[in-house]
Parts: sequence; C-alpha cells; structure tokens
Amino acid sequence: MANATNPEPTRRDFLYIATGAAVTVGAAFAVWPFIDQMNPSSAVLAMASIEVDLTAIQPGQQVIFKWRGHPLFVRRRTPKEIAAARAVPVSALVDGLARNANLKDAAPASDENRVIKPEWLVLVGVCTHLGCIPTVSTPQSPQGSFGGWLCHCHGSDYDTAGRIRKGPAPQNLAVPPYAFTAPTKIKIG
Amino acid sequence: MAGHSSYVPGTGLTRWLDQRLPIIRLVNDSFVAFPTPRNLNFWYTFGGVLAFMLGIQIVTGIVLAMHYVPNSELAFLSVEQRIMREVNYGWLLRYLHANGASMFFIAVYIHMFRGLYYGSYKAPREVLWILGVFIYLLMVMTAFFGYVLPWGQMSFWGATVITSLFSAVDQLVPHLGTSITTWLWGGFAVDDATLNRFFSLHYLMPFVIAGVVGLHIWALHVPGNNNPLGIDVKGPQDMVPFHPYYTVKDGFFLVLFIIVYLAFVFYAPNFFGNPDNYIQANPMVTPTDIVPEWYLLPFYAMLRSVPQKLLGVLVMGGALVSLLFLPWLDTSKVRSCRFRPLMKQLFWLFAFDCVLLGYCGSQTADAVWNIAGVELPLVWIARLGTLFYFAFFWVLMPWIGKIEVTRPLPESIAQSVLSKGDGL
Amino acid sequence: MRRLLPLAAVFAALCCSAGMAQTASEPLPPKEMNWSFDGVFGTYDRGALQRGFQVYKEVCSSCHSLNMVAFHDLAGPGGPGFTELQAKAIAAGYKIPAEPNDRGEITDDRGNRLTRPGVLADHFPQPFPNEQAARANNGGALPPDLSLIIKARNGGPNYVYSIITGFGRAPPHGFTVMSGKYYNPYFAGRNISMPPPLNKGSVSFSDGTPATVSNEAKAVVTFLSWASEPQLEARHRIGFEVLAFLVLLAGLLFLTYRKVWHGKH
Repeated sequence: MANATNPEPTRRDFLYIATGAAVTVGAAFAVWPFIDQMNPSSAVLAMASIEVDLTAIQPGQQVIFKWRGHPLFVRRRTPKEIAAARAVPVSALVDGLARNANLKDAAPASDENRVIKPEWLVLVGVCTHLGCIPTVSTPQSPQGSFGGWLCHCHGSDYDTAGRIRKGPAPQNLAVPPYAFTAPTKIKIG
Repeated sequence: MAGHSSYVPGTGLTRWLDQRLPIIRLVNDSFVAFPTPRNLNFWYTFGGVLAFMLGIQIVTGIVLAMHYVPNSELAFLSVEQRIMREVNYGWLLRYLHANGASMFFIAVYIHMFRGLYYGSYKAPREVLWILGVFIYLLMVMTAFFGYVLPWGQMSFWGATVITSLFSAVDQLVPHLGTSITTWLWGGFAVDDATLNRFFSLHYLMPFVIAGVVGLHIWALHVPGNNNPLGIDVKGPQDMVPFHPYYTVKDGFFLVLFIIVYLAFVFYAPNFFGNPDNYIQANPMVTPTDIVPEWYLLPFYAMLRSVPQKLLGVLVMGGALVSLLFLPWLDTSKVRSCRFRPLMKQLFWLFAFDCVLLGYCGSQTADAVWNIAGVELPLVWIARLGTLFYFAFFWVLMPWIGKIEVTRPLPESIAQSVLSKGDGL
Repeated sequence: MRRLLPLAAVFAALCCSAGMAQTASEPLPPKEMNWSFDGVFGTYDRGALQRGFQVYKEVCSSCHSLNMVAFHDLAGPGGPGFTELQAKAIAAGYKIPAEPNDRGEITDDRGNRLTRPGVLADHFPQPFPNEQAARANNGGALPPDLSLIIKARNGGPNYVYSIITGFGRAPPHGFTVMSGKYYNPYFAGRNISMPPPLNKGSVSFSDGTPATVSNEAKAVVTFLSWASEPQLEARHRIGFEVLAFLVLLAGLLFLTYRKVWHGKH
C-alpha cells in the first residue's frame, strides 16, 4: 500500500504484512497433520522384528522370509560361492559401499562387510533399481553371469555377495539390521 | 456476475487467458470487486464460516477415509483403534471431523435465523433461500450417514430408528414401507450392506452440497446481498467492494469461530457426543436412551409428540418442507425485523420454540415437568411447541404481515450508516 | 435481546424442576473426584499410570480384556512411561495365542492352545477365547472390554471410580439383591454382576503407595483413562499452542479490520 508519493513503509503496511505472515505461518502448520497422517502409523512402526531358525537351510539353498512387507533372502553359501565373492576387489564394483545396516555408512563393499558369518548371507530381496524381486541363481538354474541374483525386470545382475555387477541398479542389495541369537538363529529388525 | 465487470487484465498472459477462460474475471467480480452493502453486521459473517466448515469437513473426511474400513466387523476398530491410537494425528482429524459437524450446524442455524430476522428470503431472493433449505436438507442427510460410520451403539440404533421411519408407509400401502426399509438396508436389518452404502453416500454428498453452494452463491450475487436494514441499495455510496472490506471482516470473525471450534476439539472433544457410541454396535441390545445428534432434536421432539406413526413422520417432514414456502408465507412488504415490531417478537418466540423443542427431544419419552406440584408430561410441551412451529409459518406470519404497522424505513444505507452506529 | 431474559429464566427454572423422584433402584450420582488429567493443562500422573497398570494386570485382567492397547503403547509418549526394555519384558510375560506351527497345528498333543511370548507389536491378550466362554465363566454376564470404558460411560472416570469403590454398603430396607449379584448403589438397577474387585492389599505397590481400595481404584482409573484417551497429553499441549496462536492472529486481524474499515462505518 506504499504508493508513489510515500515510498516509506507505513505502520499500516507493517500491520498488513504481519497479519498476512501470521495467516501464512498458521496455514503452513495446519497442513502438517494432513501430511503426517499418511506416514507409517505407530502400529506399523511397532511391527515385530522377526526371528528365523536357519537349521533346515541346506548349503547352496536360499530361503525367503517376509519382513516389513518385503522378501528377506537368507542364503547359505557354499565355500565356492564365498571364494568367488572374496576374489573380487572392491575397486571393480559398481557400488563400493557395503550397504550394511549393521555397519557404518562408509564401510566398503568387501564380502566380509556384507555378512556376519560368511556362510550366511542375509539380504532384503528388493532390487535397488525399481523394486522388483531378483531371482536367485543356483547351479541347476543359473541366472545372470555372476552366480548371485538376476532381476528380470531390467536385467540387474548381482554376485554371490548380493553386490550389483551389471545392469541399471545403482546399489548393492541391502543388508538388514540383524544379529545371531543362537548359532543357527537370527533376529531381523 | 451481476452488472458490469471491472476486471482489466494486467499482463499479456492474463489477457490471453481472459479471452479463453475468464476465470480470473469471475473470481475478481465475485469475491474481490463485488459490490456489497456497507452495513452488513456480525451475523452476516456466517456464510463465510459455513464455506470454511464445508472445506474442513471435506478435507478431514477425505483423510479419514484413507484409514477407515466400512465393514461391520472392522469399522469400530478402524476408528477407535487405528485412527484414534495409531495413525499420526488421527485423533486430531477425527475430533476435527466429529466436532466440525456440530459446529457446521451451529453456523447453519445462525445463518438461517439471521435470514429469517432480516427477511433475506423475500423477493428477489426466494431462489437463494430455497437453495439454502436444500443445502440444509443435504447436510442433515450427510450428517446422518456420517454418524452411522463409527459403528457404535448410537450409530447402529440411530440408523435403525431413522430408516424405520419409512416403514410408516405401510399404513398407506401395505408392505410398501417394509419393502423400502429392506431396500435401504440391503437386508432385514441394519448391517454390513447398510454400512457400506452409507459410507459411499457420505463420501458423495459433500460434493453435491458443494455444487448447490455454488448455485447458492450465484443466486446471491444476482440480486446482491440483503442487509440489516432490509432496504435496496441505492447506489455506490451504499456499497464497498467485497475485498478488502469483507474479506478482513469475515476473516476476523472466522478466526473467532475457529477458536470456539478448536476449544471443543482440544478440551471437550466428546461434548457433543454420546458415551454409548464408544460401545461397539450390538444388534442384540438397544441403549436405554436413544437420542439423535443435538441438531436434529427439535424434529425428533415433533416426531415423538404425535402418537400416530405415519402422522408423526408427516409432521416431521412437514416441518422441513414449511421452510421452502417461507418466501410466500411472509406477506409483509418490509424485510427487516428492525422495522417490524410484531414480527420481531414473533421471531424470538419462534427461536425459543425451537430451543424448547430441542430440549424436549433430548429428554426421555416419559419425562415429566413438575411445576409447583403440578405434573406436566413433557410430551404435551412438545405438542404445544409443534403446534406453535406450524402456526408460526402457516398462520401467524401471513396474518401479522397484513396487520402490522411497520416503522418508517431509512432513506438509504449510507444515510443510516452516517447518522448512527451499527446495532442489531 | 432484553425480552429474552425473562423467557430464559422461566426456561431454566422449568428445567431445574424437571426430573423424576429417586427410587431405590435409581443409581446414585457418581462421586466427584479430582483427576490430574482434568483441565486445560491436565496430564496423567506417571506413578498412578504404572500402579494402575499393575492393578489392571493383577486384578481386572482375569475377566476384562483391553483389546485396543498394544504393549508398545506402554512405552509410547504420553503413556505410563515404561522404557522400551520394560515394555518388552512386560510383553514377554504374556502368553499370546501362537500362529500355526510348521505342521499347521495351533494346539499341542493334549489339545491346549499353543502360545508364544508376547512382543511389543502384540495387544493385551483376552482372558477368554470368546464371548460365550466369558459369559459361561461369569454367571451369564459379559465383562466389558476396558479399552474405552472411561469414554463409554456417563460420568467417565468418576463413574468407574464410584463403581469399583461402591461395594460393601448395606442395601436399603426392602431392596432385594438378586442371587449371584452384588449391591452397588452407583450401578443402574443397583444389582451388579461384578464381585467387589478391589480389597485392601489386593496388590502390593513397589513405590510404597499404601494399597488401600481408594488408592488402587484411583490408580486403575487413571490407567484406564489413559487407555481410553492415550493422546490426551498431546491434545492438551497442542491445543494450548494452537489456541494461543489463534488469539494472537485474531488480535492482528482485528487491528487490520479496524484499519481497513476506518471511516467506512
């Protein structure tokens, strides 16, 4: 309302600006509950961590559990698969980070950093490209060229440590937070 | 929408748009430059309040529907456990919506009584009034459907009682009424099918209301606002542009209204509610006192005051329909009660009558007033109240308009505003 | 408006005289109590919540379910203030009906329901598997779920407090207490199926609060009030902030309104 003859801001201008600002700020705060209600509810957040018994899993076999609505891959690796994964230098990897929730963010993607016990590989079975479920590679039915997993949606190819080696996926398969509660029992989440 | 448009597009883009879709012109002419009588008082701010409440109910409702489950097994749990305990701010959204319904009705009743007091239903605003009555009826239906959704005891038994009103038709055409209720329920009692269709309709109706509100505002903007003096505007000296004068005035009173609304939401969220609705619906047990929501109590009292079932339903329907004929039942040439001494008294008697009927509706069917040792069954008070309600519309109003000696009207709004302050 | 006042006065006088005479089976009005969660700044008394949880667990829960409350709620904001570890331990102390095992069974060889220890995401288990079992064990009466009991009764916390402390009085002369029922003057009909739930020393509070019937009742009513309205503290706090802001905004709008309308009135 400051016009050409009186460019100085007046008390009236200040009042209008203060009122307008208060309305804007109030409206902005009022919007938050309407946005936050779509976030996971307390019941979803409290969803139980699961405990898994590994005794029945044979070497070379993968078993899938459900955790937080996603498949959880638990693979009992053969010594050959472990050796194959350990032979790859970190510098040759597409994604050099371990992506392991049990380690620091900056941990490198060496095979040691992808597991707690080398025999047991525990992964969230969701392709880091666009969220499809990769198919496991076994000697009977090989998938991809690295012996790990192949995502059939867009051809992301993972090795026997679940690290991305070829294809559009940007990151290694995620390692969830887990711990051994007994020699063959793990608790995830 | 009325008269000449003062809108001049300022830029090339707005000029381009104005030739193709003159939406900015429409908004400018309806809510910015719209000439409005300069003497509108506090009671005229409730139109804006109502638009705001409709918006609040729609937004909170859409959000609640994201979490609500319209299934007779899960509905109560989805409200009382999921929304009230688990969803982030779910309790706030639910209390906003539930109390919002009551505040919506408070505002609509003030709006309607204001229209009655200042004669805003009289020519040339009959269509405006009738559209308003339709909005009110749609609101009643929406509120009724909504109250069923939490699937508490009052939800269930309220739905049962209200839908059973249709079975009164059996007394005219045997079995027709029963067929209608069965059709409404989708079964032989209020059940899962009923809940599902009520949810669907409860979601739909607010958008129908919004459509009729559009017509209501259109019908307002053709003749322009009435005003507390009830006289026509004579020229620009009687008017101010809607913005900033009424945007800021409506805004100020809207914030006061919101303070009252939120005081209920945060500090007395169950004030308008009924404890029985925190008990899950049980088709085997009826609560001892079934009471409708407060805003329907006057009509409930009328229904109960008539001992014959079909007649009771007709009386209740007639009470609503009477509102539609109001523009032609008032025979006076003067609009505002300020200049109608008899109508002014009649107005307050009518307002009192509505409150009295509401009180009767809130009491048990066999309640008795003990006045100085004389026992007076409340149902007789309700009967007198009902009689007065109808007499007001169909006898007193037409009659008083003819015999009343009205006070002299002021020359113009501008003259009246300049000569004295703004009172009721 | 002035002519309304006498009308209103008459109306008020009429309302006051309305109502029916008290009969022997009419319930008494609930006792008036002061609760820490009343009022604009009301919050739950943490000690009372934890003691109340103990009373619910050791006394009420043998008949009454608390279906809508989950164990993680015990550690949630505005709740009894247990730590997550404490809540986990509480949960693990409950036996929850187990999911089918690898052989698809839900009962053991002797037909008993398989159970597992509770976790934070579980809700309080029900004392009876179904309504029929609950009625069969309670002389035909159904102990109501307590999740919403405070909000589901007229009088709220005062009513529930009055009921659970309202036993032990002699019924008036000529009043018959039905067989299998108990006299409780605060209950509609004054015949209640619930036996007196609380006695002196029904529980032993670890914080040294004497376990009188009144203390036990106050604690469990506080706990049940929280169970009915777990978001009360957030509601009170946010409400104060929101209303304070709106009063400020109303002030600004009023000043703006006066400026805009200056000379137009």
